[in-house]
Amino acid sequence: MKKPTFWGYRRENGRVGVRNHVVILPLDDLSNAACEAVANNIKGTMALPHHYGRLQFGEDLELHFRTMIGTGANPNVAAVVVIGIEPLWTQRIVDGVRATGKPCEGFAIEKNGDIATIAAASRKAKEYVQWASELTRAECPVKDLWVSVKCGESDTTSGLASNPTVGNLIDKMDAWGATTCFGETSEITGAEQVCATRGKTPAIGKKFLKTWNDYNEFILSVKTDDLSDSQPTKGNIEGGLTTIEEKAFGNLQKIGKKAKYIEILQPGETPTKGPGLYFMDTSSAAAECVTLQAAAGYVVHLFPTGQGNIIGNPIEPVIKLSANPRTVRTMSEHIDVDVSGILRREMNLDQAGDKLIDMTIRTANGRLTAAEALGHREFVMTKLYRSA
Amino acid sequence: MAAPDFLVHDSADTVGVVVVEGVTAGQQLTGWVMDTDKTIKIKALNPIPLGHKVALAVIKKGDTVIKYDNDIGKAVADIDKGGHVHVHNTKTKRW
Repeated sequence: MKKPTFWGYRRENGRVGVRNHVVILPLDDLSNAACEAVANNIKGTMALPHHYGRLQFGEDLELHFRTMIGTGANPNVAAVVVIGIEPLWTQRIVDGVRATGKPCEGFAIEKNGDIATIAAASRKAKEYVQWASELTRAECPVKDLWVSVKCGESDTTSGLASNPTVGNLIDKMDAWGATTCFGETSEITGAEQVCATRGKTPAIGKKFLKTWNDYNEFILSVKTDDLSDSQPTKGNIEGGLTTIEEKAFGNLQKIGKKAKYIEILQPGETPTKGPGLYFMDTSSAAAECVTLQAAAGYVVHLFPTGQGNIIGNPIEPVIKLSANPRTVRTMSEHIDVDVSGILRREMNLDQAGDKLIDMTIRTANGRLTAAEALGHREFVMTKLYRSA
Repeated sequence: MAAPDFLVHDSADTVGVVVVEGVTAGQQLTGWVMDTDKTIKIKALNPIPLGHKVALAVIKKGDTVIKYDNDIGKAVADIDKGGHVHVHNTKTKRW
């Protein structure tokens, strides 16, 4: 396949977005109502309500700020209004987002109340959305496209066809110099030694194994009688997956046959080692993982599913593909790319990979995904432990 | 070949994956071994749903089940060739 280009929004820091959101971002749970009121007042803006931001501490607090700032900094976002209960932490997010050069303003509720805050924030949001609506797309090389991958409600057809289709795309994109990312630490259990061999160097592979070990020890320390009740999920089992090992080998098909990961990222951490494949330490829960990948700066997400996970994300368009003939028949409104023909030997992996690249470019150019059209905006923060 | 009834990732695997709906007990199935591009046949002993596994050989209780040319768990009951392989007779070695 010829190396494609796409049309995107070149941001102040040189990164390229494929959407042009104006986001109303709450620092904390208390500020959700004001953010939703602003988004209701000013059409074309989007509030991102969430549950956290109070009395977190240590690494959990750092992850909170990394996720908030990273979400605002994502190139799919043109401008950001931040609302928080108090000004200091609100400003911390504003400063973080402003480091990208994009417009960002913060509003604190204490000493103002909701109504005055909503009025002031709405005026700023209106200014931003009218400014953003005049930005135009420019033609960009495919190396400027940051692509994340994660599968969900997998079944055996995922490992046979939809995940290897993503893997075929990853191998091709890797050769074109794109920046890509996979995660799902716990879901590599059983295939962790094979995954370790996919590190660019033995040291990177070792770093992966340490990350995997830490997660596995955490699971073993808090598991009840049998974590198999959760991993594989009930949907996975319905779809024929029997063990976590089987699920893991299917999962790993998403990174293709050739690409090597060049670094291990903390949850929500932005890659800084240049183009290539990155592994991010994440939960295997779909919305948590994609939210972290969006916070790291990825702009398009590929999501293979077997039984039919319907997730979307407010920042990253989520492209859904499936090889399960029953799923593409019974849940067709959720599926962007049907690769069930692989199972019937009507198409091979190379053809399926090209088909997925085509849909990825069309989506980057502005085509709404099934999840976007259906309004799926699952924004789920990862919390590492209890608050103080 | 026509569209296969089941697929096998690797010629070393002891299970294949049924990729059609409505497989019944006694049905003769045609399978495609993906790494060698070979065609194999097997008779299903049980009804096997879409996406579920069929045993390609006799798997004894305690044996490792092989898929992707790798260890995906252990049999906790004897499984005959053509039998349905799933959570009722196969378990993880991990969690």
